Amino acid sequence: MMNDLSDVKITRRDLLIAGAITATTAAVPSVAGAQNNSNSGGGNGGPAQAAAAPVINKVTLVVNGQSRAVEVDTRTTLLDVLRENMHLTGTKKGCDHGQCGACTVIVEGRRINSCLSLAVMHDGDKITTIEGLGTPDKLHPMQAAFVKHDGYQCGYCTPGQICSAISAIEEIKQGIPSHVTADLNTKPLLSSEELRERMSGNICRCGAYSNIIDAINDVAGSRA
Amino acid sequence: MKAFSYERAKTPAEAAAAIARQPNAKFIAGGTNLLDLMKLEIEAPTHLVDVNGIGFDKIEATKEGGLRIGALVRNTDLAADQRVRRDYAVLSRALLAGASAQLRNKATTAGNLLQRTRCPYFYDTNQACNKRQPGSGCSAIGGFSRQHAVVGTSEACIATHPSDMAVAMQLLDARVETVKADGATRTIAMADFHRLPGNTPHIETALEPGELITAVTLPKPLGGKHYYRKVRDRSSYAFALISVAAVVLPDGTGRVALGGVAHKPWRLPAADASVAQGGKAVADQLLAGARTTEDNAFKITLVQRTISAVLAEAKKA
Repeated sequence: MMNDLSDVKITRRDLLIAGAITATTAAVPSVAGAQNNSNSGGGNGGPAQAAAAPVINKVTLVVNGQSRAVEVDTRTTLLDVLRENMHLTGTKKGCDHGQCGACTVIVEGRRINSCLSLAVMHDGDKITTIEGLGTPDKLHPMQAAFVKHDGYQCGYCTPGQICSAISAIEEIKQGIPSHVTADLNTKPLLSSEELRERMSGNICRCGAYSNIIDAINDVAGSRA
Repeated sequence: MKAFSYERAKTPAEAAAAIARQPNAKFIAGGTNLLDLMKLEIEAPTHLVDVNGIGFDKIEATKEGGLRIGALVRNTDLAADQRVRRDYAVLSRALLAGASAQLRNKATTAGNLLQRTRCPYFYDTNQACNKRQPGSGCSAIGGFSRQHAVVGTSEACIATHPSDMAVAMQLLDARVETVKADGATRTIAMADFHRLPGNTPHIETALEPGELITAVTLPKPLGGKHYYRKVRDRSSYAFALISVAAVVLPDGTGRVALGGVAHKPWRLPAADASVAQGGKAVADQLLAGARTTEDNAFKITLVQRTISAVLAEAKKA
């Protein structure tokens, strides 16, 4: 019976990791072989030129109020350090090129695409991720509003949407104008039109946009 | 991404010296374009010099009555500055028409000027691109060229410059202040800052290797009505098909610059001189000698109509 499934203590993430390992096992030997070849090439102008060795730097990030020091390859993005080193997997990797907004986190009070920022460039920075906003027992008002208004379908873009939405309201309160602000010399309005424009950096492939705007309007106290 | 070493500079001199020490080093500021390109290995620096700690992050008044915008002022802060909103509205409008809020929070003034084309053949490393790999050819010519340039093109490259901000900067006669590795400083007029592709589309600006932008200055305010009208495939968060930046003075004269039509922001003295004669006259000047493809020929009509719409609005208001 279906009830039996409730006893299975495996998270979706564990399942995905297990699947990925199974899928890549067959490929491992050939990858290792290619690496050996390039190492023996030694960068002597052969086609398999040896790559420069990775450079490891130490960086301390203040994530959700907690100071955490990590040693990372300089190439590591803020997104990857959050997910892979700190295991804060709420922040999602979508396009990894700053086009979808799934990786949005709040750094020093401002939302950014964590995929387009190097971890080593954030030494000492205060970072808020979805995990720092609320807990399943005590949701942040924006999280609660997304649940109430059904502001998602698959949920993959949701952490980015929520971080972005909180910042969007804050930016309006700070008087930062947007593309749709009619008069640059007045404070922008807390309106659906403003919020839609300000949320354009967060793509939702399920198309939950109208419910997302309802959720944000609910928190902002603005009129739909 | 290729491996690289990393250091933080505290002063422009330190940054310039650090770049000079290492071959194949690059400055990094906001990183929103550079990291994108490094992930694709279109850019592959072996050393990064982080310039975020060198200062130059303020907007200050100049003796001449204009503004000096630090190279590291974020696009969000520049667009939101009260002086820019009041006196250089076209610049605020252009910035706000570009990218997303997340990107504007990171992207810097200097980095915006230095961003590279979004030509899909430049981004696709399986395609020939003289800009990415000099001498390899241009897959955009004869390819899908809907977003490509119509003026100032060459046989080597038909890419466009992607920046909205730079179009407004050129309209406002901004100047770029720099420091070289030997400590020498100079200013470059925006009109001379970006280059046409010619036979060397990989050389995009007048900057010398290792030269660092420290600020962009704006002359004293022009007055008049300011417009930045951007036409794109989505109503937000898309690069321009074409854009029109304009300042129209009370006597009906003014100036016009275009984005999305060339390898650099596009502005001509003869076009500025014909603003009082209407949109068709201005567009004819700006697009004289245009070379279009079947895919991008629509840009000619789109430019004419958008300039006309802007000038009509200026007359009405």
